[in-house]
Amino acid sequence: MVGEGILKGMAETARNFFGSFVSKDRLTTVQYPEQRELRIEAARDFPFLVYDGADWHQGMRCVACQICEKECPPKCIFIEKSKDKKPDANGKPQFYPAVFNIDISVCMSCQICVEVCPFDAIKMDVDYDLSTDDRFGGLLLNKQRLSKSNEYYRKIHPTEASAVDARLAGERARQEAKAKTAAEARLTTTAVQPASGEPR
Amino acid sequence: MSTATLPTAHFDLEPMTGPSKEQLLELSMGPQHPSTHGVFRMKVVLDGERVVRLKPVFGYLHRNHEKIAESETYLGSMPYTDRLDYMCSITNNWAYALAVEKLAGIQVPERAEYLRVITGELTRLQNHACLIGFLMQDMGSSGTPLMYAFREREKILDLFEALTGARMMCNYMRFGGCRVDLPDGWLDQAKKVVADFPRFLDEYEQLLVSNEILMERTQDVGVLSRELAVSAGISGPMARASGVDYDIRKVDHYSIYDRFTFRVPLGSHGDVYDRFMVRLLEMRESVSILEQAMRAVPAGPIVDPKMKIRGFRPKPGEAYGRIEAPKGELGFYLVSDGSPNPYRYRVRPPSLINLTVLEDLCLGRNVADIVAILGSIDIVLGEVDR
Amino acid sequence: MTHLVQLAQLLDQIFVLAKHWLLGYVPAGAQPLCSAVLSVVPIIIVFPLLFAITTLLERKGLGRIQNRYGPNRVGPFGLLQPIADGVKTLTKEDIVPITADHAVHFLAPLLLVSASFMDYAVLPIGRNMVIVNLNAGVLFFFAVGSLMELAVFMAGWSSRSKYTLLGAMRAIAQMISYEVPLVLASIVVIMQAGSLSTVAIVNMQATYTGIWPHWFVFTPWGFAGFVLFMVAATAESNRSPFDLPEGESEIIAGYYTEYSGFKFALFFMGEYIGMFATSGMAITLFLGGWSAPFSFLAWIPSYFWFFAKLLVLIAVFIWVRGTLPRLRMDQLMNLAWEFMLPMTLLNLLTAGIWHFMPMGPSRWLVCSIMVAVPCILLSRGLKHKKKFQVHTYHYSE
Repeated sequence: MVGEGILKGMAETARNFFGSFVSKDRLTTVQYPEQRELRIEAARDFPFLVYDGADWHQGMRCVACQICEKECPPKCIFIEKSKDKKPDANGKPQFYPAVFNIDISVCMSCQICVEVCPFDAIKMDVDYDLSTDDRFGGLLLNKQRLSKSNEYYRKIHPTEASAVDARLAGERARQEAKAKTAAEARLTTTAVQPASGEPR
Repeated sequence: MSTATLPTAHFDLEPMTGPSKEQLLELSMGPQHPSTHGVFRMKVVLDGERVVRLKPVFGYLHRNHEKIAESETYLGSMPYTDRLDYMCSITNNWAYALAVEKLAGIQVPERAEYLRVITGELTRLQNHACLIGFLMQDMGSSGTPLMYAFREREKILDLFEALTGARMMCNYMRFGGCRVDLPDGWLDQAKKVVADFPRFLDEYEQLLVSNEILMERTQDVGVLSRELAVSAGISGPMARASGVDYDIRKVDHYSIYDRFTFRVPLGSHGDVYDRFMVRLLEMRESVSILEQAMRAVPAGPIVDPKMKIRGFRPKPGEAYGRIEAPKGELGFYLVSDGSPNPYRYRVRPPSLINLTVLEDLCLGRNVADIVAILGSIDIVLGEVDR
Repeated sequence: MTHLVQLAQLLDQIFVLAKHWLLGYVPAGAQPLCSAVLSVVPIIIVFPLLFAITTLLERKGLGRIQNRYGPNRVGPFGLLQPIADGVKTLTKEDIVPITADHAVHFLAPLLLVSASFMDYAVLPIGRNMVIVNLNAGVLFFFAVGSLMELAVFMAGWSSRSKYTLLGAMRAIAQMISYEVPLVLASIVVIMQAGSLSTVAIVNMQATYTGIWPHWFVFTPWGFAGFVLFMVAATAESNRSPFDLPEGESEIIAGYYTEYSGFKFALFFMGEYIGMFATSGMAITLFLGGWSAPFSFLAWIPSYFWFFAKLLVLIAVFIWVRGTLPRLRMDQLMNLAWEFMLPMTLLNLLTAGIWHFMPMGPSRWLVCSIMVAVPCILLSRGLKHKKKFQVHTYHYSE
């Protein structure tokens, strides 16, 4: 009969109308900015630089190897290597970036810089409230604005951060063990050599 | 200023036999238009309400994708392929990864293949849901079916965000597998979403399938004959709605689609209604593939262990990799000369090739039908213009 | 008990009594003019207010149908949204295309609004509450309502733009085609009531047998007439599913593309006021005007019932808009000329037979069959001619 499909359609919309007062599934709006959507852990927005410890300049993991600058597809990272070295978390002197700029108006959040970084120094942030009224410099993040602590990283990406921390701690432990055996070897060789011929 | 009459028609196409020039009206359904699915322009010559000539004008979204790829590394082009058909980023990635794997002879481990199929079919689901919503919106339903479709799409996009980090620009495939493994609980959440999906399809069918107004607007409108579909190179649901039995998943046996049983719906009339219904039925088949795949995901590595991310230099040669993207046959043709950047990188965009028959479909129809026909072809300007 | 009855009657006639009391303070010479003004001013205040509330209700209603909130930022639950919209339209720049015909372009919205307000002159809003009790009230209503179509065409033509011309042509064709079933559907009521006066029609329906009212919609021919009238009214007001003239996804806004600012608001208001007027006429003709649905509810004031029925019809309009896609031009015309016109003519025949058959269940049966069978046959004929049916699909493995 004519109109039957129309009536079925109208029944469907009536069900949605009355359902929207009753069930959450039928009214999925989140009233931003009073309510926020639950953030999903793996979400990514723009990169940031990780530093260990309390001092952002001292504890920065980045050693200015410039791999991320080369691999970035839209070329939005600009790095200038420093002339001197500073000690990193393991105490070894490394270069550091004198200038590290990311132009987030160009960045396309592809995460390739994170994938290629050998030092776990650059990770993806989740902050999206970055709009500014400064058209020229406001979206060019410099080294200081990009540096956020490892505690912050653990807060926003717990699973990833604990895996990175475990791996870095393991490497550090291996480095220390190697250094200890090397130091012990050096001690024994220096102790053995002058006493040649005489029993200890 | 004598502007007593309307401006005379000025067009660079000579109309065929029929009414004299003064009676024809040239309308530009211009780049800014609520229903052209992006910046797309159609120069339409009308006789009253009937279409006499139609010339599509595109290129407003050209972004030099193929030229940029010549100066990027192979991996660096992967995020750019996300932005081709921006609704279905994962299938774009997959086609490109397939092309490079053919070029360089890389093997893909089992678990990665399963993940590729799962995410690819989820992409197909959300693309078809979007398309059906947009088609109804263009026909004047003031947004109700669109909102229902987007409600379901949001659940799938949440899954993508949990897995890849981004809702739409997923950048998920790598040469030799996938970028990241499933987080805990993802598979259960995905199973729940897929189990809920048929209920939404039933509600949609109740709202629309026997709706008389929809039937009147879409049946016998924009009929694409089987011969024209084959000779114009139409692929995807548009060709299958005209009765052409060609689904690349069944023809090429790429990835592990041979292990799943699924049917391919075919239409017989080739009108807008058939294209609409074929996509609805394809969604049901995708749900069945997903259920089969999610039951059997094996453990193992997700990327070929021999692949390095940096310094990838395939041997000189060429390769064409294609998949059954939600819109049709998406293909990548790569020519390598041994350097880290491709020598020639070419995308075969299904939306553009499907669009070439727009004039044939629209001749003799009303203006209102143009919008319905364009909606049923399922174009995304990112892919048409690259 | 009689006190309560007297109180109910007082409440019912309160506006009439207020008007007479005010007129007492006016010298005798000026009384006719003042009486007219006092009758008209409440209409000009109440119905635009109803228009403002309807725009909000429509957006919130459509929102809920689409699983979202409507506007809810301006004021509690978005109640001050119409004020925000009003301020916006008043402060927008009034752009008139250089090539437009300025005089006609200016007059079109004014004519639309004036014509739609004039329709209210013959609608009885409550007991004894009609502005003018014309002997040919229904005729006056339809005559003045046709002025709206003229205004639509003036708007489309004077804008000198291809989109607007297309929209105006469509609008004229649609509105003229649907005038015919609209008027024919109301003729059955006139036949039954024996008078063109709206007051007489409502008075005939305001009686009860037991608790059931004598509304014309409760008869087979009245029900069919009501449905046909409402479909034609939807088409007359250019609302979904007949809103092709303002087909938003194809020709942007049709005949009022080139209007901005307050003139656009006037167009919008004119359309909605026209919609209320046509719904008001449907209520008057078929739904018993200001009479209560059950005799034990008759103590509630009559104007309350009129507005309650009006709000129910508005809700149905919004519901239909949220569900259906729009019809194409030729399908619209087919519906008007090939389905609705024969149905209205058959309805006339049915009403005549009803009048001459004796009272009792037999005439109910005969008339119901006479209405239902042609409806089914005509619709099947429409479908078969174009072979519209749900397709079946085969699969390949």
